[in-house]
Amino acid sequence: MKALRARNVECTMQSITLQGAGASLGPVIEFTGVTYRTAEGRALISSFNVSVMPGETLVLLGRSGSGKTTALKLINRLLVCHEGQVLVEGKSTADWDPIRLRRRIGYAIQEVGLFPHMNVESNVSLVPQLERWPAEKVRARVEELLELVGLPAEQFRGRYPHQLSGGQRQRVGLARALAAGPPILLMDEPFGALDPLTRADIQKEFKSLQQRLDKTVVFVTHDVQEAMLLATRIAVLEAGQLLGVFSPAAFLQSRAPIVSDYIAVLRSAMEFLRPTEPGGKN
Amino acid sequence: MVGIAMVMAIAIGIPLGVLITRWSKLRTPVLGLTNVVQTIPSLALFGFLLPLPWLAARSERVAITALALYALLPIISNTYAGIAGIDPAVREVGRGMGMTDLQLLIKVELPLAMGTIMAGIRVATVIAIGVATIAAAVGAGGLGEFVFRGLAMVDNRLILAGAIPAAVLALAADFVLGLVQKRLQRYR
Repeated sequence: MKALRARNVECTMQSITLQGAGASLGPVIEFTGVTYRTAEGRALISSFNVSVMPGETLVLLGRSGSGKTTALKLINRLLVCHEGQVLVEGKSTADWDPIRLRRRIGYAIQEVGLFPHMNVESNVSLVPQLERWPAEKVRARVEELLELVGLPAEQFRGRYPHQLSGGQRQRVGLARALAAGPPILLMDEPFGALDPLTRADIQKEFKSLQQRLDKTVVFVTHDVQEAMLLATRIAVLEAGQLLGVFSPAAFLQSRAPIVSDYIAVLRSAMEFLRPTEPGGKN
Repeated sequence: MVGIAMVMAIAIGIPLGVLITRWSKLRTPVLGLTNVVQTIPSLALFGFLLPLPWLAARSERVAITALALYALLPIISNTYAGIAGIDPAVREVGRGMGMTDLQLLIKVELPLAMGTIMAGIRVATVIAIGVATIAAAVGAGGLGEFVFRGLAMVDNRLILAGAIPAAVLALAADFVLGLVQKRLQRYR
């Protein structure tokens, strides 16, 4: 009898450890049957199912109003869904303390993201300061981050956002999102307002940064090229529906109607360029 | 007198202004009430306050209360306008970074609204200095005393002896507060 009970205990312990291991290898973010409606009852996102694996970059691709930003805000609980669940690290966002949840998630958005009344250093060090890091550590971290995003700390830490170019502002925004070392990054068209050359630079840097830092990233964009460049997988959204999740290679081969529209955009850009290339063949 | 009244008005006005940004149901009644106060002629307001028990013990108290009431409207409405005028995306990013409501208020909203709030304080101070001369009518003293004595004696020089320093005081206060306001908005 005693032995039986002991074996039972062993079993439960085993299943607990198995569960524990499963949680760390499972998806970092998981949407299960998520629907979000506006106050008027219009569904911005309906029956959304997708999971984001550790270390991957999931790009949400869709036109304006397709629900990409809404999906992003459901992850850090700026919005709470009406049906279904959003799980972050295996726990529903409804069960997370919103402040703790958000401090584990870096958040970068387009243009207006920096606080205009704070200089670069204060902007970047905001979350570490909220987390009450010691002053020395904060200083060192700010320097490290600014170097990481290619802005020399000596030159830039004292500047205000209005004294920076668009590209520099986005770099600071990225540094700020990375500041407290969050395992997850949410990025809402962070490079949308940049000129094409600066955007290409910063996209490449972000990609190499991402390969080094190994964060789990959810990235919102309407730009196919950006999606192809940065994504591990691309989730295509249209009018609040998730049409499919593709690897970049599968995306190019897909016959799904909206995807082929995107590919047509990509192709036409390339077609347009081809005649101007010397030699003609590529 | 104006100084004390302003401190009181700021101490009440800014929290009230913040409160109505959080609790929109209160907005119309609070702004409406302060608006009504603003429309009461100053002499009448002094008169209304005179019979109140604690205030009437000293006429300065009547004057200070009346001035603070007048100063309230510009401060409340500018605090509200300053905070309501902040780009919602800025607020959202703050929340997205995991700031609590209080942290958002102190670190983001109030600093960004400070220029507008300061403009309200500036207007309120100038109004209060003007109204303060009338406080002499209830025996609270001040520069208004010269004005009233001059009126009674039909002596223009005596009126000016009160009016000019009052005007200079108002201009000086406006100038100094203007500098403060500019300093607070230097990041723009």
